[in-house]
Amino acid sequence: MTASASLPPLLETQGLSKSFGALVVADSIDLTLRPGARHALIGPNGAGKTTFVNLVTGTLQPTAGRILMGGEEVTGLSPEARVRKGVGRTFQINSLFNRLSVLENVAIAVSERDGFAGRIFRARKAERRAFEEAYAILEGIGIGMEALRPVAEIAYGRQRLVEIAIALALKPKVLLLDEPAAGIPSAESHVVLDVVEALPPDIAVLIIEHDMALVFRLASRITVLVQGAILVEGTPQEIAHDPKVKEVYLGEKSH
Amino acid sequence: MATDGTVRPSLAGAEVVSASLARHRFRPLEGLVWLAMLAGYWLWPEYRPLGSQIFIMCLFVLSLDIVVGYAGIVTLGHAAFFGVGAYTAGLTAIHLSNEPFLGLLTAAVAAGLVGILSGLIVLRTTGLTLMMLTLAIVFVLHEAANKLGSVTGGSDGLQGVTVAPILGLWSLDFFGQTAYIYTGAVLFLGWLFARILVGSPFGRSIVGIRENLVRMRAIGSPVRLRLLVVYGISATMAGIAGALLTQTTQFVSLSAITFTRSGEALIMLILGGVGRLYGAFVGAPIYMLMQDALAKYNPVFWTFWIGLMLVLTVMFARNGVLGLVDSVLAWRRRAA
Repeated sequence: MTASASLPPLLETQGLSKSFGALVVADSIDLTLRPGARHALIGPNGAGKTTFVNLVTGTLQPTAGRILMGGEEVTGLSPEARVRKGVGRTFQINSLFNRLSVLENVAIAVSERDGFAGRIFRARKAERRAFEEAYAILEGIGIGMEALRPVAEIAYGRQRLVEIAIALALKPKVLLLDEPAAGIPSAESHVVLDVVEALPPDIAVLIIEHDMALVFRLASRITVLVQGAILVEGTPQEIAHDPKVKEVYLGEKSH
Repeated sequence: MATDGTVRPSLAGAEVVSASLARHRFRPLEGLVWLAMLAGYWLWPEYRPLGSQIFIMCLFVLSLDIVVGYAGIVTLGHAAFFGVGAYTAGLTAIHLSNEPFLGLLTAAVAAGLVGILSGLIVLRTTGLTLMMLTLAIVFVLHEAANKLGSVTGGSDGLQGVTVAPILGLWSLDFFGQTAYIYTGAVLFLGWLFARILVGSPFGRSIVGIRENLVRMRAIGSPVRLRLLVVYGISATMAGIAGALLTQTTQFVSLSAITFTRSGEALIMLILGGVGRLYGAFVGAPIYMLMQDALAKYNPVFWTFWIGLMLVLTVMFARNGVLGLVDSVLAWRRRAA
């Protein structure tokens, strides 16, 4: 393994499980993300990928198992507390503040991160800094020119980038990207690809994606999830040649 | 535009930042509204008593706009806080001191507390459940005021409220001169505060909750706390409005704390325009002036016209009178 193996993992799940009655949606998932990780989570529809994201962010409570961040257990913490510990996420379907401008969409996250979002008085200086930082983020991903427009009015592909920009504004240590290119024509998905490739190198990124070209280009490790359980984990080469993956994921028979 | 921050945007960025900061700057048109209200004092002296009642409703509707229009909490129970403020101001004047500012203060505190306590229950829910719970709280408090006759005067109302001269100088007289200026000044302060709140990071965060609760949670916002704070603030403002009603009429009736009052305020807000701060200043005067004029013309039938107006508003001017003005202006710009 690489040198980063000596660093404590930013995120670690141990036997993470979730069931609704008899329906098991997450089945003892062990996953480790170290600083700089570019890890893809793939699997057929309904495999439990988004459930896993919801368990890590705290939107869902697991039935069993533990979640650790930097070696510290966060399993019982609220979603807000986990964000402060450094978990950021994006949504498969755009989840923006439709009636705010693009800049405000990002600034709202900056102000929460910096802890002045609850302030009514004497916030002008902090507000200016938040706008400046928000603009720098937008410029960094190439949509600075959209800053003043209502987010609902810009092109869908660019809304997908705002989706990422909001998460980036939290300066996360662990970033969970839930199908960042969903809904974008594959001819244009390179825009998202460029942004994901330019993410800060030290953060750990978990990317859920259906577009295999994207996954193989971005990820250094891949976990295949089937019916809530890990089928196999490995490098892109290992996954591409794994007969079990071919059978389950690509729909081919292995014999 | 360099600050002590580490991020230094490009030239275009500086413009974007300035434009974003300027969005909540005061505009000359806003001063005009206040000048008009001041001018009303001399232009229509015979309307001063009605004017002070309109200002009180403006303040109440403004407080409602903060929760309904900005935070997206659709409540039918805002009269609970108005009523608590009205009774607290009355009881303060009778049992403690008839100093008007003390009455405003006790009313504000009491209404704010009731707001936070009821918010702890109500804000756990959303939508229809929330509406029903807020409605229930008005009914409970109304019945409590009715049954506690020895304290509140029950259905006879709370009588014997006196008010000392404002700042020891101006007494609230029958012609409503002092009341017009007094309620106008309190409304001005309420508006100023609401204006600052809406333009603050806190104001943006409650709009964020209205727009996308799930995302607010995902960026680490303490959503429940924010809603509780805004609910408490709004209840406080509503309580001050109630206190003003007590002080200007020197009487508290059970009607201060009814569903009808909540409903009227909501109608005024929809009529003026929801979530734009000035809806209250348009909706309340239109409603109350129409009520005044129509009731003179026909004391029984006037609610028909109010109802018709509401139907027309929701059918043809979804965003209220101010929304209509916006549409006309936009249409003229396109035509030009």
